[in-house]
Amino acid sequence: MAEVRMRVNGTARSLDLDPRVSLLDALREHLGLTGTKKGCDQGACGACTVLADGERVNSCLALAVQYSGREITTIEGISAGDRPHPLQTAFVGHDGFQCGYCTSGQICSAIGMLAEHRAGAPSAVTGHLAATGVPLSDAEIRERMSGNLCRCGAYNGIVGAIQEVAATEAAR
Amino acid sequence: MTETPVRDRPARERTGRSVGRPIDRVDGPAKTTGTARFSAEYPYPDIAYAALVHATITRGRITGIGAEEALAVPGVLAVITHTNAPPMKPPPPVSVLNLSSLASGSKVNYLNTDEVHWSGQPVAVVVAETQEAAAQAAGLVRVTYQESPATVDFAGEQGNATPQKSNPLQQGEGHKGDAEAALAAAPVSVDLRYTTPPHHHNAMEPHATTAAWDGDRLTVHDGTQNIGWLRTALAQRFGVPAEGVRVIAPFVGGAFGGKTMVWAGTVLTVLAARVTGRAVRMTLTREGVYRTVGGRTPSAQRVALGAGADGRLTALIHTSVTQVGRVGGSPEQVTSQSRHLYDAAAILVQQRIVELDMLSNTVMRAPGESIGTFALEAAVDELACELGMDPIELRMRNEPERNPIDGKRFSHRMLREAYALGAERFGWADRTAPPGSMRDGRWLVGMGVASAYHPSWEMAANVTVRMSADGTVLVRCGFHEMGMGGATAQGQIAADALGVPFEAVRVEYGDSDLPTGPGAGGSAQTASVAASLTKACEKLRRSLLALARRSAGSPLRGARPGEVEARDGGLHRAGHPGSGESYAAILTRAGRPFAEAAVGSDTRAGTVAGQVRFMSKFLMDRRRWMKAACGAQFCEVRVDQDTGEVRVSRWVGAFDVGRVINAKTAASQLRGGIVMGIGMALSEETLVDPRNGRIMNPSLAEYHVPVHADIPPIDVCYLDEPDPTMPLGLVGIGEVGITGAAAAVANAVHHATGRRVRDLPITLDKLL
Ligand code: FES
Ligand code: FES
Repeated sequence: MAEVRMRVNGTARSLDLDPRVSLLDALREHLGLTGTKKGCDQGACGACTVLADGERVNSCLALAVQYSGREITTIEGISAGDRPHPLQTAFVGHDGFQCGYCTSGQICSAIGMLAEHRAGAPSAVTGHLAATGVPLSDAEIRERMSGNLCRCGAYNGIVGAIQEVAATEAAR
Repeated sequence: MTETPVRDRPARERTGRSVGRPIDRVDGPAKTTGTARFSAEYPYPDIAYAALVHATITRGRITGIGAEEALAVPGVLAVITHTNAPPMKPPPPVSVLNLSSLASGSKVNYLNTDEVHWSGQPVAVVVAETQEAAAQAAGLVRVTYQESPATVDFAGEQGNATPQKSNPLQQGEGHKGDAEAALAAAPVSVDLRYTTPPHHHNAMEPHATTAAWDGDRLTVHDGTQNIGWLRTALAQRFGVPAEGVRVIAPFVGGAFGGKTMVWAGTVLTVLAARVTGRAVRMTLTREGVYRTVGGRTPSAQRVALGAGADGRLTALIHTSVTQVGRVGGSPEQVTSQSRHLYDAAAILVQQRIVELDMLSNTVMRAPGESIGTFALEAAVDELACELGMDPIELRMRNEPERNPIDGKRFSHRMLREAYALGAERFGWADRTAPPGSMRDGRWLVGMGVASAYHPSWEMAANVTVRMSADGTVLVRCGFHEMGMGGATAQGQIAADALGVPFEAVRVEYGDSDLPTGPGAGGSAQTASVAASLTKACEKLRRSLLALARRSAGSPLRGARPGEVEARDGGLHRAGHPGSGESYAAILTRAGRPFAEAAVGSDTRAGTVAGQVRFMSKFLMDRRRWMKAACGAQFCEVRVDQDTGEVRVSRWVGAFDVGRVINAKTAASQLRGGIVMGIGMALSEETLVDPRNGRIMNPSLAEYHVPVHADIPPIDVCYLDEPDPTMPLGLVGIGEVGITGAAAAVANAVHHATGRRVRDLPITLDKLL
């Protein structure tokens, strides 16, 4: 057993875990935070995406013990109190899901992706790796979100929702 | 370019304020905040975890099981095998008198037999205090086998195919005239072979079950598409009364047919809970889903078309070979659409089947039509090229007035209008016909088109509707939510039927304690529930009027049902504003907390009556009408001239799906089907080792479903013309979107490159 202390959605948590427990299972089975989903448990679908110190990670590929001392944010922790995160609202408006199983991962991934873009990180479709201020085109979003599968095929709505939020952010 | 204008029609009157509107899903907040609970997410104190051990041989018997190492893993509670499992009843034989007998994924009585029927069959289940211990111990169970010869090679077995039996609900065979002779005599013809590989549903939520026994009472959380079947099946297998079995499944994380049948994981979780006396949860690994849940059969198809120089079809032949497992499976109705799409003078459709020592195949989104339309619609495109005719024009010349094979009437068919609408939105007129004639720099551009077709169905559904004295409405029906937005659509229907705001309606679903709903399959759920729901609302209105008209103080005193309409939250004399009263006032004056109406009943007699009603309506309908959704799929691809990489760059899908209840969720469902069709066209393929039938790519890393980058904006439009024979005029939309999609891609690839790829998926190696 290994002691793991981390902040989850702003609250300090301490867990005594089998060192084999993934971050995903720590959240779902040990902390009851089942909003984060398990789609493949092998890093291939993105359903388990959470934010670790603001960066998106596939929590199924992470061992909880590696994340001792880190700040983890899950879908349950992204709203500001009663006010949903703008992406949550936009996903509903754009119908960016059907069954909803990939949705937590899509939203957390989008939050991380928007931060990466703001920080100037290029993607495979960015013309110049060193370019700055690359506009967040649909193609950029699609490329950057391609680690998050949606078998229901809600991709158009997801891109629309992210565009809407990105545009509002840019306007601020 | 064809000249078929969209039929001029007046803006249709909306009967109500909710139906048709693009209302946000009612479960949107739950799904976007992570509070929607799926079946592996119900907390139970003292829960234990289970993991499966899969057979590593294809066929034979288990000769020994060594569980010592597994049992020595700390936290392991039990290793359940055929040597120590309590007996279960075998799955019942299939009978139309008991439709739930269709529910068993396979005939195998898992862990009650030493026989192995496919590579990957579960042979043991390990139960432990933690997931980690269960998974580790499952890897330590040592099984020895005696192998028997097995037949697993689909390609090699096709010579031994036998005629496929017609399924009681759907005919697959048929002929008119002598199609082979007509083909031989045709001035222009094509005679082509197509293959499609096995596919897997790959719902994002892997199959998971949480099960807890309390004496002979059982509670099961399981992502099922058929709560009623699952409940009956579990009661039967475990020999307990169905009344004591509760299935709770409000949210299903995608299914697409893969969660219709009762598969091993569900049964063995319930067994593990029985054996250990603990609540047990089992989430299948992604590999476990491939090993224990069937997928779509591969197919080999022949499509031969003969035509005169004018493009009129003189012969249409479509034959198929598909597989089922020796231990079960759903014969795929591959040629279904070929009985209905073209007015050929002579027609022959025929289906054959091979039985293999593999896991049963099962239904997957538009079983039959999804792969059948690929071959048929690609062949029609080839014929158009032979004739030098626009492929839409060729289709329009052969658009039937009546069902071609038997002359039955179409209840509704607007394929012409769908093509006209789609062609305009897509810009089909800008296409230059010769293959390879459209380029954009290094990209070869191609435009392809194909017809979509899916029969529409209606099943039995029990529903109750309650009006409370506060004016709110509660609809109860145990239907399923896998992403279709059923609660939203049914809420819209009830709101209009009762004349209340959408917000006043709450819909309960996904629980066997509710009136039994239809299964989610055949694109039939919305129509089936809608039929009963509108009847129940009608009954409710009548009983509320009965309360009012007896009452001296009511403005509705003496009013007859025909004079009254439901609006503004109450009943009013038609054409007289302010001449009625609210439901709340009616109920309050009558001193009633609520009024309720029911359609269908869950008593034993009620269930039998429901099934009889369903079958007789079904048979009567089928005698009179051909009912279906159809549409026109338009695809633009760009193919890299050097690498053969295919990108889908534009899509328009124009559909005739009857009345649309929710413009937002309907468009999403149609898009979802198209996305899956794009996957089928370009990347999806389950690879099977032809030596032992073992699936070689059981993971999302190696089975390639479309990702964000693969999917362009998909323009979905529909004609929104009600089908006069369907409840509220609505026709199912869950499956028609995938049909025709792969053909549209293949036809566009040909237009871009001049290459015909007749074996899916169209990977770049086939274009180089
Ligand atoms: S569950 Fe982590 S990537 Fe699929
Ligand atoms: S909404 Fe079902 S997988 Fe994305």
